Amino acid sequence: MIHFVLLISRQGKVRLTKWYSAYPQKERTKVIREISGEVLSRGPKLCNFVEWRGLKVVYRRYASLYFCMCINQDDNELEVLEIIHHYVETLDRYFGSVCELDLIFNFHKAYYILDELLLAGELQESSKKTVARLIAGQDALVETAKEEANSISNIIAQASK
Amino acid sequence: MALSGMRGLSVFISDIRNCQNKEQERLRVDKELGNIRTRFKNEKGLTPYEKKKYVWKMLYIHMLGYDVDFGHMETVSLISAPKYPEKQVGYIVTACLLNENHDFLRLAINTVRNDIIGRNETFQCLALTMVGNIGGREFAESLAPDVQKLLISSSCRPLVRKKAALCLLRLYRKNPDVVNVDGWADRMAQLLDERDLGVLTSSMSLLVALVSNNHEAYWSCLPKCVKTLERLARNQDIPQEYTYYGIPSPWLQVKTMRALQYFPTIEDPNTRRSLFEVLQRILMGTDVVKNVNKNNASHAVLFEALSLVMHLDAEKEMMSQCVALLGKFIAVREPNIRYLGLENMTRMLMVTDVQDIIKRHQAQIITSLKDPDISIRRRALDLLYGMCDISNAKDIVEELLQYLSTSDFAMREELSLKAAILAEKFAPDLSWYVDVILQLIDKAGDFVSDDIWFRVVQFVTNNDDLQPYAAAKAREYLDKPAIHETMVKVSAYLLGEYSHFLARRPGCSPKEIFSIIHEKLPTVSMSTVPILLSTYAKILMHTQPPEPELQNQIWAIFHKYESCIDVEIQQRAVEYFALSAKGAALADILAEMPKFPERQSALIKKAEDIETDTAEQSAIKLRAQQQMSNALVVTDQRPANGTPPVSQLTLVKLPSISSNSDNYSADEGARQENGTLTRVDPQPPSADLLGDLLDPLAIEGPPGAVQSEQNVPGVDGVPSAADTAAIVPIEEQKNTVQPIGNIAERFHALCLKDSGVLYEDPHIQIGIKAEWRAHHGRLVLFLGNKNTSPLVSVQALILPPSHLKTELSLVPDTIPPRAQVQCPLEVVNLRPSRDVAVLDFSYKFGSHAVNIKLRLPAVLNKFLQPLTLTADEFFPQWRSLSGPPLKLQEVIRGVRPLPLLEMANLLNSFRVMVCPGLDPNPNNLVASTTFYSESTRAMLCLVRIETDPADRTQLRMTVSSGDPTLTFELKEYIKEQLVDIPTSSPPPPMAPSVASPMAPVPPLNDPGAFLAGLL
Repeated sequence: MIHFVLLISRQGKVRLTKWYSAYPQKERTKVIREISGEVLSRGPKLCNFVEWRGLKVVYRRYASLYFCMCINQDDNELEVLEIIHHYVETLDRYFGSVCELDLIFNFHKAYYILDELLLAGELQESSKKTVARLIAGQDALVETAKEEANSISNIIAQASK
Repeated sequence: MALSGMRGLSVFISDIRNCQNKEQERLRVDKELGNIRTRFKNEKGLTPYEKKKYVWKMLYIHMLGYDVDFGHMETVSLISAPKYPEKQVGYIVTACLLNENHDFLRLAINTVRNDIIGRNETFQCLALTMVGNIGGREFAESLAPDVQKLLISSSCRPLVRKKAALCLLRLYRKNPDVVNVDGWADRMAQLLDERDLGVLTSSMSLLVALVSNNHEAYWSCLPKCVKTLERLARNQDIPQEYTYYGIPSPWLQVKTMRALQYFPTIEDPNTRRSLFEVLQRILMGTDVVKNVNKNNASHAVLFEALSLVMHLDAEKEMMSQCVALLGKFIAVREPNIRYLGLENMTRMLMVTDVQDIIKRHQAQIITSLKDPDISIRRRALDLLYGMCDISNAKDIVEELLQYLSTSDFAMREELSLKAAILAEKFAPDLSWYVDVILQLIDKAGDFVSDDIWFRVVQFVTNNDDLQPYAAAKAREYLDKPAIHETMVKVSAYLLGEYSHFLARRPGCSPKEIFSIIHEKLPTVSMSTVPILLSTYAKILMHTQPPEPELQNQIWAIFHKYESCIDVEIQQRAVEYFALSAKGAALADILAEMPKFPERQSALIKKAEDIETDTAEQSAIKLRAQQQMSNALVVTDQRPANGTPPVSQLTLVKLPSISSNSDNYSADEGARQENGTLTRVDPQPPSADLLGDLLDPLAIEGPPGAVQSEQNVPGVDGVPSAADTAAIVPIEEQKNTVQPIGNIAERFHALCLKDSGVLYEDPHIQIGIKAEWRAHHGRLVLFLGNKNTSPLVSVQALILPPSHLKTELSLVPDTIPPRAQVQCPLEVVNLRPSRDVAVLDFSYKFGSHAVNIKLRLPAVLNKFLQPLTLTADEFFPQWRSLSGPPLKLQEVIRGVRPLPLLEMANLLNSFRVMVCPGLDPNPNNLVASTTFYSESTRAMLCLVRIETDPADRTQLRMTVSSGDPTLTFELKEYIKEQLVDIPTSSPPPPMAPSVASPMAPVPPLNDPGAFLAGLL
């Protein structure tokens, strides 16, 4: 089971946090600090696993961004490593060659996509196509609602002229 | 990509990015928080769009690590917005900001439920996602059945069902007692036929959780799992979008094999054969390829297959294939594979017959100990530790010692502890052991805990042959220019005791020994000074007749410390000074230390405590135990009043008993001479022969004797230390096996919950897990051996009261070291009664027999099923049951005063459900429940409690049901709970004395005596 997901930049800035196990607020800050310290300090050609507090952090670096997922000691590490890549590919597909800036300014999108991929700390959908379709559907729903709102406010605006 | 219209959010993020430093960022964040706070205060003016924007900003700020302690209400309220965009934001941000226990979540439960049972698919998805990510107990209670319905509904689309599966998984994982999965085996089997791979993946995760809890119920799923695996492995009928770098969903493959690992074995030969075919194909057909992701994915599957093969205990051929693969892996350059190779090889150690093959890779593993990657080094260390036995201990420990000088600080402590343990467990001879520990102290003194050097002192003291060697070694180390303080302690102690063996060697005259030790005095801390003083006194004792010069020097030091601020030092200085004036008597008083009684190594115990109790480690320990060298068994040479110790496995030469007795009589002499010294000897010969024989632990010493061990070297060597610390060993000797924790409290806790520890002592832990269905109960007793040696003559009997029919499955006679045995116990409730079943449990540890009688939490309230009634249902029933014996009323005094709410909680806790608002009088409680037994079947019980707000110590209680006995028993039961909560128990007379925390903890054999009255 994945206990949490962290996206941390090389400078230690947090880009996304998602907690599937209950960590109180104070603990969350501490965890992020500890994990950043462990992961960011690691050199390039090392393995992608760090043992931490009896759990394991599986991480992978993409350009300036570290994707970290914390799992139980007996979980399958490589499987989780590829969940990370699966997430990155899905982001890539959505944003079109995703970069850190996309994730900074559209962090809410990153959350939407993550919620289609993982649930309860488990993989929910392994088809990128399905995830893309679902996210597009959500976007369309939001768009429609916006148009509706606009047309209503236009009508009101026109009427009040 | 532009933000979908939320300009304010983009601007804020830009602002934050432009901040030059943390201070500026904080100011900007504070400003924004202030702004959001004011906007939320005038909520009426907020458009849905603005609300959304602010909520996102809050999440962003939260992500940056700032406390966002307001606005939660606004966030949660977005969930009930009618439009999708707001609802979506509400759900997602709530799931990120709030924890499962947050109060505000409760407010949303109704909306969430409406969304889940509603027709809007997108709303269903949002709600399921949030509950799946943060749903707690209350969500499980009110939503689980709805979620279950969605999962198996044929009208729901896959996107809803896969979320329902994982949502249910979360609820079940968090609160298995709330989510009812009876009869789910068939449904799970159906779900495994699912064509949509998204739903199948999620369902497989759910299955893993279900079988991990109770594999028995899900046998029917096993063949389906194998089928799924076959389908994937043969790439039959897998849509393109579900292959990952050409591999049919590696995740689903891994999950499926994980599920299979929870079944103890596969009985059906056909299924087994199919599975092994697939596994064989995976083992043989996984090649290393260039593409990293493909490689990772295929090896994820391969490693899972390896685990499954190990679990299934395949034929030898397949096992050696696995070991060969792992051997290949630990030598590759790719760090992930190497890491996993080492990790899995450690797991492999629990499989028999492969240790020898693994040992062939020792050199390669040692290379990994020097890897630049700490993760890999840790794995290598663990593996070396696990694979160490008497045959390779020397090599491995020396390798660890060598590595110690260059290793990083993060690992030194673990490294030195492990080296010390291995040296102790597998030493081919004792002098080697002494060498190792002294080297360890020399190289990593800061990481060598006191336990480690205390242990050396014990061994040296107990083995006469070793003493000259150890003294010589200690003397050598003192020549080194800068030595660690621990080295000063241990060498001073050893030389104080045994330097006279060296007297004829160059540089070892008492005077020289004294001056080289005394050189270190200015560099040591206060805690070492007392040891040095004892050493000086011992040196003085060994130079009889005294050399005047040496004597004067030492006296001067004693004199100097007579006014020391540290009371321990001061006392020693004063007493040694006075004693050394006694001339010849000094030799008796400061005679050599007697042998230590055998005790479990504090070190090994510590290591056991540290290690998490996973099966693999216990298996490793089991093996280690079997092959353990006997060289280090410390003999107990104390002539137990003439009875020589029996059956001590030992390679250590036993000095003749008579010489030993002399030793003791010398001690006795010392005692007579100085009345204050009577408590010094850790094992004073018992005056009561019978008592000594009856108390088997007097020989063994409780394994948890860490405390006395810590007292050993500093205190025992010093007659003057007849202080509080010195008393400890005596008290410990009198103690028998003490239960850990309060037995009665544990019982009462278990009356209210269904799993927990029933009993624990230093050797065993008895846990209980129970499930109750109507008048049936299924308890599982978990008997866990905490020791590294087996518990034998294990017996468990259930003494049931007449109203319970019980059936306990066979309890094995022996519990292997560190193993846990599960014994199911079936209970059937025949009729209402408050009597309690008792578990009569006994085992032997060493020569020591333990018998305990424990009340089993199969009590009346376990056969209750909470039931909430409406006024329309309650009152007609209430009226129809009129008057005794079906309706009983009693005024109860001496009630523990409780606020009404707490009393309601108390009733709810034993499943008598309070129905709020039914009674018009706010001081009254009305509650209902259903009782199940074979004679009464399901029977409704109604309770009414009228409290007196002026006097909370009294109340009037009315209980009614359709059965007179039930009415009476339930009334009495509730009364007991209300009258005296912490110590109340169905059988009243003796129990409270057990329960009271103030009462002395009953000695080992006595709980039976206490409880005998209960029968």
